[in-house]
Amino acid sequence: MVGVILLTLIVALAVLAPVIAPQNPYDLTQLDILDGRLPPGSESFSGLVYHLGTDSQGRDILSGILYGLRTSLIVGVLSAFAAAIIGTTVGLIAAYVGGRTESAIMRLVDLQLSFPTILMALMMLAILGKGVLNVVIALIIAEWATYARTVRGTALVEREKEYIEAAEAFRLPRWRILFRHLLPNCLAPVIVIATMQVARAIGLEATLSFLGLGASVTEPSLGMLISTGYQYLLTGLYWISFFPGIALLITIVSINLVGDRLRDVLNPRNA
Amino acid sequence: MAVSLIRRLIQAIFVILAMTVIVFVGVNVIGNPVDILINPDANQAERLRVIAHYGLDQPLWKQYMLFLQGLVHGDFGNSFVYGRPALSLILERLPATLELAISALLIAIVIGLPLGLYAGLYPNRISSRLIMSGSILGFSLPTFWVGLMLIMVFAVELRWLPTNGRGATAEFLGAQWSFLTRNGLSHLLLPAFNLALFKTSLILRLTRAGVQEVLPQDYIKFARAKGLSERRIVFVHVLKNLMIPLVTIIGLEFGSLIAFSVVTESIFAWPGMGKLIIDSINLLDRPVIVAYLMMMVILFVGLNFIIDVCYTLLDPRVRLDAKA
Amino acid sequence: MSALLEVRNLVTEFGKGLGLLAVNGVSFTLDRGKVLGLVGESGSGKSVTGFSIMRLLDKPGRIASGQILFDGVDLATTSEGEMRRLRGKRIAMVFQDPMMTLNPVLTVGTQLIEAVLAHEAVPKEVARQRARDALGLVGIPSPEERLSAYPHEFSGGMRQRVAIAIALLHRPDLIIADEPTTALDVTIQSQIISEFQRLTEQSKTAVIWITHDLAIVSRLADEIAVMYAGRLVETGSVAHVLGTPRHPYTRGLIMSVPSQNRRGEPLRQIPGITPAINRLPPGCSFRARCDRATEGCSAMPELSWEGARAYRCFHPVEGPTHER
Repeated sequence: MVGVILLTLIVALAVLAPVIAPQNPYDLTQLDILDGRLPPGSESFSGLVYHLGTDSQGRDILSGILYGLRTSLIVGVLSAFAAAIIGTTVGLIAAYVGGRTESAIMRLVDLQLSFPTILMALMMLAILGKGVLNVVIALIIAEWATYARTVRGTALVEREKEYIEAAEAFRLPRWRILFRHLLPNCLAPVIVIATMQVARAIGLEATLSFLGLGASVTEPSLGMLISTGYQYLLTGLYWISFFPGIALLITIVSINLVGDRLRDVLNPRNA
Repeated sequence: MAVSLIRRLIQAIFVILAMTVIVFVGVNVIGNPVDILINPDANQAERLRVIAHYGLDQPLWKQYMLFLQGLVHGDFGNSFVYGRPALSLILERLPATLELAISALLIAIVIGLPLGLYAGLYPNRISSRLIMSGSILGFSLPTFWVGLMLIMVFAVELRWLPTNGRGATAEFLGAQWSFLTRNGLSHLLLPAFNLALFKTSLILRLTRAGVQEVLPQDYIKFARAKGLSERRIVFVHVLKNLMIPLVTIIGLEFGSLIAFSVVTESIFAWPGMGKLIIDSINLLDRPVIVAYLMMMVILFVGLNFIIDVCYTLLDPRVRLDAKA
Repeated sequence: MSALLEVRNLVTEFGKGLGLLAVNGVSFTLDRGKVLGLVGESGSGKSVTGFSIMRLLDKPGRIASGQILFDGVDLATTSEGEMRRLRGKRIAMVFQDPMMTLNPVLTVGTQLIEAVLAHEAVPKEVARQRARDALGLVGIPSPEERLSAYPHEFSGGMRQRVAIAIALLHRPDLIIADEPTTALDVTIQSQIISEFQRLTEQSKTAVIWITHDLAIVSRLADEIAVMYAGRLVETGSVAHVLGTPRHPYTRGLIMSVPSQNRRGEPLRQIPGITPAINRLPPGCSFRARCDRATEGCSAMPELSWEGARAYRCFHPVEGPTHER
C-alpha cells in the first residue's frame, strides 16, 4: 500500500515536472552560472529559493530531480515493456512450437542469462556507442531472456490444460491459440517480472549514465546528476549527489514494494 | 563422471565460439571496423595499408577466421590510447579486479551467511525482521550512489579511510596486491564493502530461505531425536544442505562481481579492468573493448564449468546420476 | 518396581488458547521391556503423543499440561539440556517415512557415528566400530562398505534398518516407533517387524508402537491404547481389548480388518470420518459415527475401569466381537 501511494506520487511528480518545477533545467537561459553550487535553502538573486541547492552550472537540484525522474521512468518503462513483448513472444513460440525451434531458443536464452545484465549492457554500448536511446536498446537486449524463460515455463504447463486442447479441437488458427488463449494465462508472471524489471532498468540506466555512457550533461537523468556531483563530493558539496540519489532510491524501493505486492496478489510461481 | 565432464567441456567451448561470433558480428558488421581500427586523421594510403593489414578487404568468413586466429594467440591488436597490446593491458589490471571481487565476495559471505542463518533459525524475532528489511534496502540501493555516500561519510566527514587508488602494494605470485600492506588494505576496505553490499543481501536471503526449507524436514527432527546438540544440527545437518545452492550462487555471483566492479572501480578510481573498459568505451579504444569482452566470456564460461564440477562433488545424488 | 513411563493427563495444544487440543488428557503406563500399541486413525493424536514424549513437537505445538514421568523424571517440564541427554540415549524414536529420516547429504556412517558421539566420549575409531556393528546387527550386508554410502543408495527397507540401528545404538530403555512400516512393502514390513521384535527383546527395550494396523499390534504388543480425536477411548491388555472390545470405535476398527470379514461379504467400515480437532462436537467425539449413541452421549463419558482395562463409553459393547 505504501509502495502504491509512493509510486503514484513519484509518477505524478514526473509527469507534472514542467508545471511544478521551479525552473526548466534543460533551458540554459534560465540557469545562472553565478548561482552555481549553492547549498540547500539558498535564495537566488531573482528571489527563487533553491530548496535542495544547485549544481555547478546553477541548475536547481529539485528541478533537475523532477525532470530526471521523467527520463528515468521513461527509460525504465520503455525498456521493460519492450523486453516483455519480445521475451513473451519468443517464450510463447518456444513453448507452443517445441522441437528444434524450442531448444535453439532456449539455448540462446540460457547463454544470455549466464552473463550479468551489466556486462550485456556494456557489450551493447561498446558496439552501439553512448546515448540514452542506446541504453534503452542495451537494456532490452539484456533483459528479454528473463521473460522468455518464465513465459515458456508457464506456457508449457498451460499448454497441457484442457482449454487449449478444446481450442485445438476447434481447429482455431495457431496464432489465435497462442495470443488469445495461451498468452492471457501466462501474463501474471510477466506483469510481476516487468514491474521488478522497471526498477532494475532505472537503477541500471542511472549506473550507466553515472559511468558517462548514457544521458548527456544537457539532459539530466538522475544518474547524470549524481555523476556531476561526484567531483564536488570530496570538497563537501554533498547535495548535488545526495538528493538525486535519495530520489532514485525511493523510486526503486517503491517499485519493488509494488512488485512484491503484485507477486503476492497474482502469485505466479516462477517470478 | 569423466564422460559428463568432457561433455560439459565441449559445451563450454561451443558457448565461447558462439560468443566470438556475436562479438565479431557486433564489432565488424554493426560497427564499422575501419572507423574503429584507423586513426581518423590518417591519410588514404595509410587507410588502405591498415585495411589490408587487418584483412578488412577479405570476405567476412575469412575475417572471422583471422579474428579467431588472433583470439587463440591472444592477439587483439594494439590499444589506440596506450599503443600496447590490448590483452596485456587487461591482464596487468586483472589482479586489482580479482582482489576487489574476492574481497567483496568474502565480505558478502562473512556477513550474509551468519545473518541469513540467524534470520532463518529465529524468523519471529524482531532482530530477524530488521535484518530482512535491511536486506531489501541492500537490494534497492544503487551501488554507485552507496559508493559516493561511503566516500562522503568515511573519507570526507570522518577522514578515516582514503578514497581512491590501491595504496601501497606488495608482490605475491608475480603480481601486486593491496591486501598485503596496511595502507593498501585501508584503500581496499571501502570499495570492497561497496561492491559487497548487493551480494550480501542476496546471500542473506538465500541462506534464510534455505534454512526455512531444511528445518521442517524429517531428517532434522530425526537428528534431534538422536540427541545431537543444536550446534551440530545447525552447522552440519542444515549447513551441509545449504552448501549446494549456495556454492552455485556464489560461483555465479563471483562472475557478476567482476562485471559490476566496473562501477565500483570508477567511483574509487581503483585501477582494475573495469575502470579500463569504461575509459576504453569512452575513448572508443576498440581493441581493448574486444579483448575485455572476450576475457569476460571465457571467464564466465570457465566459472560455469567449475560450478558444475563443484556441484557434482557436493551433491551425492548428482554424482549417482552421472554414474548411471 | 515402578513403571518405566507414566503419562498422566497429557494435554498437547496447537495454537495457544485456540483450543486445538491434539492430545487431550491422555494417561497410560508402560513397564520396562513391554510393548504398547498406540492405535488410532490419522489425526487421532497418536503421533503427537509420541512426539510429546520426545519433546519434538512442531511449532506451534506445545505440552499444555500433564506429566510424562520417565523413570521418575517429568519430561514435560525437565530442562532442554536434560532432554537432549535422554534423546537417543535412553529414549529413541523411529519415524514413519524412511525416505525422509536420513539426511541426504551425509553418509550413513557419519549419521551413525555422530549418534554414538552425541552420548559417549569415545575415540572416533571406536565410534566407527560401534556404527559398523550396529549396521551388521540389523542385517545390512557388508556394513564396513555401507558406512561410506549415502542414504539414496539404500532401498526404503534398508534405510529403515539404518534408522533402527541408530535408535538401538545406546540400548535405550524406550523406543517410540511411529508407524515405522507403513511406508514399506508388505514383505519388507514383516521382516522389519520380526527384526525389531528380536532386537528389542534382546536389549529389554520397552516400545510404544504407534500404528493404525491392528494386525501388527496383535502380533507385537502386550498392551494397547486406542485413541480417538485426541482422547484415549479404550485401553488394556491386547487379549482383552482385541478379544472383547468394549468401545464401539474399537469394535469398528477390529471389524474393518479384512481378515475379520467372510469372503463375499462387503468389507465393513466405520461410517463417516474423524472429526477435525477444532470442530469437535460436545460430548463423546465418536457420537456422530456410532450406532449405539443416545441423547446421553452429548455429555463426555469418563474412563470406566474394569480391572486393568478401561473404556470411555456410556453404552459399552458386551461379549466377544463376532457374536455381536
